[in-house]
Amino acid sequence: MSDTPALIKPIPVPDADSRLYWEGANQGKFMFQRCLSCGKAQFYSRSLCSHCQGKNLEWQAAKGLGKVASFSVVHRAPIAPFADDAPYVVALIDMDEGFRFMCNVIHCDPATVRIGMPVRTVFEERPGSTQKIPQAEPM
Amino acid sequence: MSSKKAVISGVYDTKVGALPESTCMSLHTEAGLGAIQDAGLKVSDVDGLLTAYSFTSPQLMLGAVFAEYVGMYPKVSASISMGGATAGLLVAHAVALVESGMCRHVLCLTADNRMTGLGDKVQAALASVGHPQYEQPYGMSVPSAFAQAAQVYMHEFGLTHEHMAAVAVNQRANAAKHPNAHMKKPITMEDVAKSKMVASPLRVLDCCLVSDGGAAVLVSAREAARDLPKTAVEIMGVGEGHTHEHIFMAPSLVDFGCKDSTATALGKAGLKHSDVDCAHIYDCFTSTLLICLESMGFYGRGDAGKAALAGEFAIDGRFPVNTNGGLLSYGSSGAAGGMFHVVEAVRQLRRECGERQVKDAEVAFAHTLGGIFSGHCSMVLGRL
Repeated sequence: MSDTPALIKPIPVPDADSRLYWEGANQGKFMFQRCLSCGKAQFYSRSLCSHCQGKNLEWQAAKGLGKVASFSVVHRAPIAPFADDAPYVVALIDMDEGFRFMCNVIHCDPATVRIGMPVRTVFEERPGSTQKIPQAEPM
Repeated sequence: MSSKKAVISGVYDTKVGALPESTCMSLHTEAGLGAIQDAGLKVSDVDGLLTAYSFTSPQLMLGAVFAEYVGMYPKVSASISMGGATAGLLVAHAVALVESGMCRHVLCLTADNRMTGLGDKVQAALASVGHPQYEQPYGMSVPSAFAQAAQVYMHEFGLTHEHMAAVAVNQRANAAKHPNAHMKKPITMEDVAKSKMVASPLRVLDCCLVSDGGAAVLVSAREAARDLPKTAVEIMGVGEGHTHEHIFMAPSLVDFGCKDSTATALGKAGLKHSDVDCAHIYDCFTSTLLICLESMGFYGRGDAGKAALAGEFAIDGRFPVNTNGGLLSYGSSGAAGGMFHVVEAVRQLRRECGERQVKDAEVAFAHTLGGIFSGHCSMVLGRL
C-alpha cells in the first residue's frame, strides 16, 4: 500500500528560488549559495543574501560532509505517510561549508544518533515522486 | 499616579477542554463579551479590536467576522497571526494604541475549538506549518522541532528527563486548584516517565494539551479605567524578540528571542528579574519552559531544571510559575493558550486566585511564544 496517494510523503515543489537546489539533488549534488559580497554561505537558496542583503550569489556544490547539530527520534509521526518509518530521526545538520539544514539521518539505528556525529549527505529516492530528497547517513 | 501606561481593565477565560457544542465564534463571543463585562463596560465602549487566527474556522478577516457577529463597530481593527506569540502581541499592540491616544479600550481576543473542531487532524494541521520544501518532506512534527533545543540542553547543560517531569507534575498540581482546568487528575514523576515517547526526549506528558477554549483581555487608557469596578493592572513594560521562523534557521539552539523580549520588558518597567513575584510562561512543552527560563535570565545555565526538581516553581515556592497549570494542564487553545497566561497573571495581581494565590503578588511576568521558539512577547504587569 506504500504507493497509494494518501501515503505519499510531501513532495517539494521547486520554485524560482529553489529550482537549482532540487535539480542538483536529482543529480546527486548538494547545491547551496555563497555570497560573493560577504563570503557567507546560506541555506535555503533565495534571491538575496540573508546575511548582508547582497545580490551577488554564487551556487556551489557542497562536499557533502557535516555533523549532527541536534536531533530527535520521532515515535509519533505527524502524518500517516511517515507512520511506518517510526521511530525515525529528524536532525539538524551543520555542513562543513557553514550552513545548517534539516533532514532525516537514515541507514542507521535511530538509537545510535548523537549530537556531533559525523554524517554525509545522500539522496533518497521515494515512491510516488521523481524528486530525490537530500538526507544524511553516518560516516 | 502620573504614569500614562496602559492598564488591563477586564479579563475573561471560557471553560476549556472538550466543548463539543462550541464553535470558534461562540468562544470568541463568550470571551470577548466576558472581558468587556468584567471591566464594567459595554460593547459600544470598545474602540479597538485585535484578534488572532483560527485553525478550525480559518478566516481572512477574523476580527471583522467577530465584530459583525456581535455588532461591534471599532475605530481600529486588526488581526495578528504570529502563532502562539499572538496573545502577547495583541496586548503589546493594544498598549501602543492606547498610549498613543488612538484608542481608549482595546479588546484583545483569542479563541479556537481545535479539540472537537479538528479531532485527530490537529497534529497534521500543526505539522503543516513546517516549511513545505525543507521541513515537511522529513516528517517533522512540532514536538520533534522543539526537541532539537531540548537535546542541546541535555547534551550541553545537564537537562534531564526528571527536570522536565517535575515541571509537568507541578503544573498538574496547580491545575487541580483551578475550577476550569482541562486536566486535573494528579500525575507523578513515574507517570511522566512511563508515558509514551512522542519525539525524544519529549513524552506525552511533556507535551501541552489540545483544548477548546477562549480568552480575552481589555486594555484601557489609565484615565479611562479609573472608575471601573475591577482592580486595574498596569502594563509596566512589553518587549518582543524575533529571530527566525523555521527551527533550522534559528541563529542559536540555546538562546532565543525571549532573551531580548524579557530584557526589553523588564527595562521598560524599570525592574529586575528578582522583582518578579510570579511568572506565566508559554509552556508548549516542559522543556520549552525550562529553556526559556534560562535564556530569559531568570535562571543560570543548567539551573532551571534543578529548580523545578527542588519545587521552586510551586505556588508557595521561591519562584511560582504557571499557577493555572499552563498549556500543559490548564489548557491550550491555539492563540488563547498564551492569553490564559495573561489572564492568570492579572488574576494573581488582583488577588482573585483563591488557593492558587501567590502571596503578596505585586509584579507578574507573562510570556507568549510562537513558531518553534521563533517569535516571543514578554510583558511585566504590576498591581496599581
